[in-house]
This record gives sequence, C-alpha cells and structure tokens, in this order.
Amino acid sequence: MSTATLEPRVKAPRNYLNAEYGWKSWLFTLDHKRIALLYMISITVFFIIGGTFAALMRIQLVEPQGALVQPETYNKLFTLHGVVMIFFFLIPSIPAVLGNFLVPLMVGARDLAFPKLNLLSWYIYIVGGIFTLYAAIAGGVDTGWTFYTPYSSTYSNTQVTAVAVGVFITGFSSILTGLNFIVTIHKMRAPGLTWFRLPLFIWAMYATSLIMILGTPVLAITVFLLALEHLFHVGIFSPALGGDPLLFQHLFWFYSHPAVYIMILPAMGVVSEIIACFSRKRIFGYKIVCFSSVAIAVLGFLVWGHHMFVTGQSVYAGLIFSLLSFLVAIPSAIKVFNWTSTLYKGSISYEAPMLYALGFIGLFTMGGLTGLFLASLATDVHLNGTYFIVAHFHYIMVGGAVMGYLGGMHFWWPKISGRKYPNGWAALAAVIIFVGFNLTFFPQFIMGYLGMPRRYAFYPSEFQVLNVMSTAGASILGVGYLIPLIYFIWSMRYGPVAESNPWGATGLEWQTPSPPPTENFAEIPVVTQEAYAYSAEEAEGHV
Amino acid sequence: MQALPFQPDQASSIARSVDHLYYFLTLITLFFTVLIFSIIFYFMIKYRRRSPNERPKAIEGNVPLEVLWTAIPTMIVAVIFVWSASLYFQNAEPPQGSMEIFVTGKQWMWKAEHPEGQREINELHVPLGRPVKLTMTSEDVIHDFFVPAFRVKKDVLPGRYTSMWFEATKLGTFHLFCAQYCGAYHAGMIGSVIVMEPDDYERWLEGSEQGVTMEAAGEKLFSENGCGNCHVSDGKGQGPSLLGVYGNPVHLSNGQTLNADDVYIRESIVSPTAKIVAGYKPVMPSFQGQLSEEQIMDLVAYVRSLGKQAGKQQEEGKK
Amino acid sequence: MSDAHAEQAAHEHIGLKHQFENLDQQQDADTLGIWLFLVTEIMFFGGAFAAYAIFRWLYFAAFEGGSHILDIRLGAANTVVLLGSSLTMALSVRSAQTGNRRALVIFLILTMILGGVFLGVKAYEYNQKFVEHIVPSLDWAPEGKVLAELAPGGLEHAQLYFFFYFAMTGLHAIHMIIGMGLLLWLVLRGRRGDFTPSYFAPVEVIGLYWHFVDIVWIFLFPLLYLIGGRY
Repeated sequence: MSTATLEPRVKAPRNYLNAEYGWKSWLFTLDHKRIALLYMISITVFFIIGGTFAALMRIQLVEPQGALVQPETYNKLFTLHGVVMIFFFLIPSIPAVLGNFLVPLMVGARDLAFPKLNLLSWYIYIVGGIFTLYAAIAGGVDTGWTFYTPYSSTYSNTQVTAVAVGVFITGFSSILTGLNFIVTIHKMRAPGLTWFRLPLFIWAMYATSLIMILGTPVLAITVFLLALEHLFHVGIFSPALGGDPLLFQHLFWFYSHPAVYIMILPAMGVVSEIIACFSRKRIFGYKIVCFSSVAIAVLGFLVWGHHMFVTGQSVYAGLIFSLLSFLVAIPSAIKVFNWTSTLYKGSISYEAPMLYALGFIGLFTMGGLTGLFLASLATDVHLNGTYFIVAHFHYIMVGGAVMGYLGGMHFWWPKISGRKYPNGWAALAAVIIFVGFNLTFFPQFIMGYLGMPRRYAFYPSEFQVLNVMSTAGASILGVGYLIPLIYFIWSMRYGPVAESNPWGATGLEWQTPSPPPTENFAEIPVVTQEAYAYSAEEAEGHV
Repeated sequence: MQALPFQPDQASSIARSVDHLYYFLTLITLFFTVLIFSIIFYFMIKYRRRSPNERPKAIEGNVPLEVLWTAIPTMIVAVIFVWSASLYFQNAEPPQGSMEIFVTGKQWMWKAEHPEGQREINELHVPLGRPVKLTMTSEDVIHDFFVPAFRVKKDVLPGRYTSMWFEATKLGTFHLFCAQYCGAYHAGMIGSVIVMEPDDYERWLEGSEQGVTMEAAGEKLFSENGCGNCHVSDGKGQGPSLLGVYGNPVHLSNGQTLNADDVYIRESIVSPTAKIVAGYKPVMPSFQGQLSEEQIMDLVAYVRSLGKQAGKQQEEGKK
Repeated sequence: MSDAHAEQAAHEHIGLKHQFENLDQQQDADTLGIWLFLVTEIMFFGGAFAAYAIFRWLYFAAFEGGSHILDIRLGAANTVVLLGSSLTMALSVRSAQTGNRRALVIFLILTMILGGVFLGVKAYEYNQKFVEHIVPSLDWAPEGKVLAELAPGGLEHAQLYFFFYFAMTGLHAIHMIIGMGLLLWLVLRGRRGDFTPSYFAPVEVIGLYWHFVDIVWIFLFPLLYLIGGRY
C-alpha cells in the first residue's frame, strides 16, 4: 500500500458520509454510523482531557516532594483522570463507536432497533460530560473516582454533587446503548444468521450489553443516594450521621466490578475478529469463546467483594469472593489459549490491526495474571491500596481495552472512512505504544510490592527511580497515541480509497461498499455459511 | 532477610510466607507470559503468509485440548486459593496473649495509645518477638494502617473498630503508610513502626512521659460523665451492671444474644438505643460527639478491666 | 430509487419503521425493548430496596416507629387507586386491540385521572410531614405525639427511615409524573387516530411501564406503611 501517491479526486459514490451535508444532518441524524462518528469525536476529546490529567500526574511524581502541583490539586487530577477515562472514554469507546457502527452491519440490518434512542444516548452522554467538565472547571473533585464515604459525602468540599449528577446521567447512555444492542441482536438478524453463525464481536457486544443493563442502574441509585447525602446530610453512608460507609462500597462495587468487564469484553470481541482475519482461520473453539464471554458477564457480578478484603468484612465473605474471583479468570484464560491456537497452521500477516491484537494478548495475559495476586487473599492484604493495583488495572484497561480499541479502529477504518492509512506509520505507532506502555506501568508493579501506596501526591524518596522510569514511559506512550490521531485525520483527505473488503475478511460488514450507503445494504443479505468461512472449501461455497 | 531489591524488609512472622506465595504467583505469571509470548512468536514466524492466496485448512477446535487447558488453570488457581486462604485464615485471629495497642487515625495523623498510657503520634514502638494486636478506629474518614515490611494492612473505619495483629521479627524502623485515600494530605499520613528489643521496649515505656494508664483514664471518664449513676454494680440501677460483662454473652431485649466485645461496648456508648439489654429500658443518652474516639477507647479499656475483676472475684468466691 | 421511496411511504402509512422488515418484527422488538428497560428499573429500585432492607434490619425499632406515623388509610387508598389505574390502562390497551378509538382515549384519560388522584394524595401526605416537622434535614423537629412515637427507636435512625420514605416514594412519584406525560402523549395520538388493531405498540409499551410503576408501589406500601404489628 503506497502512501506517497495521492489518489486523484473522483466523486465518491453515495454513502452515509456524503448523503447529506450540514451540521443539522449530523446533530439530528438517526443513522447509527453517523452516531458512531459523533461518539468517536467525543470520546477522543475526553481521552485527550483524561490523558492530560495523567500527564500532569506523572510530571508531579517525578520528584518525591511533588514537582508540579499542591497535593489538593493532585488529588483532583487523579480523581478526574479516573472519572473521565472510565465513564467518558473506556466504557463508551468500543461499544458506542465500533458497536454502533458495526452491529447492524454485522447482523445484516439497516439500523439498530431504536435509532432515536441511539441518538438520545449520545445526547445524554454529552450532557453528562458537560456536568463533569463543569465540575472540573468549577473547582474539581478530590474524592477519587471511587467516591468512598464518608469523605465524599460529608468531608470533601469539592464538586461532588455535580460529578455524581454527571455520572448518573451518563449511565443512562450506557443503559440505552446496551438495550438497543440486545434487541437488535435478538430480533434483527438477517435470514440464515443463527446465533452460532454470529461474529464473536457480536457475542462480545451482547455479553457487554447484559452487564450494561443489569449493572449500570445500581450505579445510578448509588450516586443518587450519595448526592442526597452530600446535599442534605442524611446518614446513609456516614457513620457520624448513623450510616454505614461499607454499604456505599458494596453498592458501588456491585456495579464497578462488572463495569471492568464492560471495558474488556468488547476489546476481546475486536481481537477475535482481527486474529481470525489476519490468520485466515476460524477462531479455534468458536462456541467455547461464545460461552466464555457470557460466563465472564455472569461471574463478573459475583466478585465485587474482592475490592473490600481489607475493610474488616467477614473472613468468610472474603473466602467466597476470593474463590469466585479465581473462577472468573478461567474463561479469560480459555480465550487466550483459543486465540493463540487460531494462529496454529494459519496464514498470518502483520498489518497494524494484527500488531495491536497480538499486543493485546500479551498485555492482557500479564494484566490478567497479576489479577491472581489480588484475588489471592494473603497477597491482596499486602498489595491493596498500592501501585500494584494501579499497574494491574492499567495493564488490562490500557494494555487491553485501549489496544483493542485502537486495533479495531485500524481494522475497520477503511470501512468507516472509505480510506486507507499508511501501514508503516501505523506499525511504528503500535510498537511505540507497546514499549511506552510497558515502561510506564511495569515499574509500578515493583513500586507496589515495595509498598508505595496509590493516590500519593508525594512519596518517600526511595521510590523515585521507579517513578521517573514510569514518567519516561508515559511520555513515549503519549507520542505513540498522537501518531494515529495524525494519520487518521490525514487519511480522510489524502489516504488511498479503500475497496469494500481491503483485508479479505469474512463478515457481512465487508460485503457492502466502503463507506457503506446509509441503508447499509442494497438488499438484505441471506447468510448460508458459518462465521469465519476462510478455508478454501468454504470460500468457494463448497461447505 | 532483605533479599531482593524488589521487596520490602521481611520484618514480621508472616512476611516470609506471604513472600513465598508471591514468588509462586510471580513464577506462574512469568511461566504463562513466556509460554504465550513464545508460542505466539513461533507461530507468527512459522505460519507467516507466504503467498497472497493462501487459504489454510479450517480447524474447528479440539475438545480434549479445551478440557485440558481449562482443567490445568483451574487446578493452578485452586492451589493458589487454598494456599492463600489458609495463610489468610491463620493470620486472621491474633494469638492468645497478644499485647494490645489502640490506634486512632484522623486526617492526617496516626495516634497510638499503649495500655500503660504511653501516647505516640505517627510512631509506634513495639517489642521484638511479641504478637501485637492493634484495635483501630478513625475520627473522621476511612484510613488504612499499612506496614509494608510486615505485609499487613487493615482499613480504619469511623464509627467502628477494626483490628489486625503482627509479630515483629526484625529490629529497626519501618514505614507506616496510610493506604486508603483520605483527603488532601493522605500522602503525608505516614510514620514509623519502631521495633525494639523487649528490654529496650520496657525501658522506653518507663522512660517516656508518664501518662495515666488507659484503664485509669477510663475510670476517671466513667465517673466524670456520671456513668456509674445508672450502671450501678449491683445491677439494680437504670442500666445493667458492667462487672464481668466484657467478653461474655449479653441477652438483648429483642431475644438476641451476643458477645460483649470492643465493638459492642463502643456502640453502647455512641448509639445506646441500637441494642437494649433484656430487662432494661432504652433511656441511655448517646455520648456521640461528647467523647473523642480516644476517650471511648479509654472507657473500653476500663470496662474490660471490670470484666477481669469480676472474673477474679468469681474465682476467689469459689475458693 | 423510486421503489425505495414507495416502499418507505408504504412503511410510514402503516407505522412501520425503516429498519424493520415487517410489523411483527417491529412489535417483537418494541416488546423486548420495554421489558429490558423494566429490568433496568428493577435493578435501579433494587439498589434502594437493598439499602432500605439493611437499615430496617439494623434499626427495626426506629423504622417501626416511623412507619406508625404514616397514615395507613391514605396509603391503602392510594394502593387501590393505582391498581384501578392499572385496570383502566389494561382496558385501554384492549380497546386499541379491538380498534375502539373512543374507549381507548376514555380509558387513557381515566388512567391519568387516577394517577392524578394518587399524586394529589401523595402531595397531601408530603405536606403533612412538613406540618409535623418530620422532613429529614429540611424540617426535622418532631414534637408531641410524633416525638413520643419516634423517640424509643432513636430519633437519628427515625430520620433515616423518613429519608428512605421520601427518597423511595419520591423516585416513584417522578416515575409516575413521567408516566402521566407519556399518557398525555398517547391521548393526543389516540385522538388523532394513530392506533389501529394492527399497530398499537406505543399503547402496549407505555402500558407495561405503567404496570411496572404500579408494582413498585405494591412493594413500597407494605415496606413503608405496614412495618411491625399494630392492627
């Protein structure tokens, strides 16, 4: 794919991008593909905001006494970094961008079941985001994204209510998106598209949506009660007023643990699609991977207490949560083995999407295995509240979920934009991100075991070397993220025009032009093959 | 043993066993990471696409293989779970005869009170080789008492007591960190645990400022606040007698029976109507806000001493 | 291209949205959609019920005292009113099914009236709490008989009870107000003749929502008004 030549400007055929022009056609669109792009731009903005907070944090931690800001400010930085990244970047990312764009295409439908709800979801997300940005500007929040009481309800004098309202509102965006996906997947599959012929990305979206609709409402009621306590000083969570601070933690983690599966399952779905395409083989053990996704969603609701092993909760509760937390690791392990086995006797090529997918497998394996240290009661006692936790969840959420998102963007970019991007730069960015990421977060495992607690604006000097390494890594990581931003924008005007199926992938989304027409398909396709029909016999229609 | 630069001092009786489990976990992580990375690298090279039209044969799956790689990780995590849980269980209850120290956390300092009356701020002196039980509460928000060298931590909650124990096995000064975010100077809520030879510790106890013992302070508070007006020792007052109460079962008006521990004593002071002793009316006022957490701990120590006294009296009565 | 336009026009005439192949599929999707939404509502209220359950277990005496202050006749009357409104709602769905436009609109309006009665009674009850000075945080100064009823369980925990009273019935009332708005929308559409025996999904969907709001009250009434024995 040569990137030096500029394609001659020919008038593109009618597609969803050029069907209508003008801001109204975008802000009042009901087309799932345009809504996906609205989300794409918004989450990118929030990623930059959240990333800026992270950069400031890492600069602060270069010096043991703190290099940049007062502790009060640092506390606001890490709180907003968490809130913005989790609620406004990670949770929407793959579902709201790639899911919205691809779910109707992959099931052979013309749109999602409820297009107006879909647009409403985006507006709700934006309103929630505005509340949170207001909170950030009007003084910030310093409670940590976990809002533990009674600090958040009775002691903090920062914008707790505003952020609680912002998170409450944004939760509905998640709920409506999940609802839309479940109904679409159940009711709008093309003829011949049975459940076990669905792409694994759809199974992943389905499992994610189950968590979204069952878990998010509990977060809603939790922040609602928190806001009421903050405003009216009633004692639900505050012991001084007769309440129970652990009740808050139980309610909060009942959502927030499944939430991490909302963040990782979609990335796993993306990885399945990419591995299959770039090895030209059906994912090994397809059905088992389907069941694993649903198993992760279900088991994910049963383990929340592992965030509370050192709170003084009963040792028996600890035992049960520990056991279940180990069990939830098994389906994820199975998936890693299945992906790896897919490569066996495949025909492997290394374009950028594949590099991201392989990077995901490596980093998710490491991050997931470090979860065992935390499911294990005796070691969690030592590691809880330290940088080990920070390293663990960043391995999964950045090394896992963000790599999955970027891999997905690189895989489906030709379909979404109708353009190709320069693979050389993409591969380079992938490597820079991989290296920068590991340099940023691996030292934090060591810091954590040595005992450096998290959320510290300054620290004892013996931890400085590791902190400086981490900051150095973060600068490299930042550069790595910038590069795709540049060439994706560049490609929209100067990239080579993409054909319908530039990667030779299976899946209904590749059977329609790039970019697709507004109605997705001229005629609704009829499906006669299993998913990932890459083999010679299947490709020729003999199977 | 200060073995590797990647771990803190092993300064408590459990540090070594926790580290052993940690090494095992690290080994498993390393093993599987290297395994997956190498297999992927190997496959990437061996099965790289050699011609643009290559179409590999379909491989559906292999049930025996799936079973194998489900069973093996399950067995490995089962081993980890059992190992870790038994370690955790062993360390859950403090050994009999542990020395007790009372700790209060508040934004942003640690206060420790030895039963003999010594008070410390941001420091905790303990003797080598003796199990120490910390009974802790917070005056405001949630904190966490973390000593990396001992491999122990426990959240410190407002409104209740939590406890943890350790036995220091190495002399020296070790970091004490607050490990639960608690506001602006969370990072500054740090201190030291100082482990001394038992003789040196005794000397330190005697040498430091002669405070009143916690029991004596509690007795003073008991009389200053008029507790004895209702809690008459023959049980005929408005409130039950406190002789021999501590550590024994209490029968409540709602039919329940519970053991009178630190938590119950504290709750009876700050939230008296929550549990009423059978045969008495709910007329005790709450002392929440009137007594600091440290004063409540002094009262708890005093009520404990009443329990021991009654025990002694019973023994003597039997003789 | 004109085929697609003609198809689109035909779709709009029978109320079929463009993303669906036929009305059956659309109806199926709408029904599954509303049931899923109700599941989310169950999880939402569920969190509140869970918190309520824990505090009721911890401070039963206070909750019992608080419950005795509530007017059980008003609560029971409201329960009957809401059940009645569910009946009229079901009848309006039936009317849509049978193509009876007049009955559809009448039953919808009756449902709205009954809903309004419920909210009116609730407003009266809320006002009573201000009169008796038992509104947590805003006006908490119980006196006289009310104080005597609440004191044994502990005033602090009684405040918690009333907090749950206001929070849970308040959330419920908000859901009812939204429901009334939706009913009004249905009345306007119904009068316009939008609903036919083959297309009345909005009536059914909002009917399900209304029944759910009713069921939440069926749980709230005994949990808030009927704690402890006293009859």
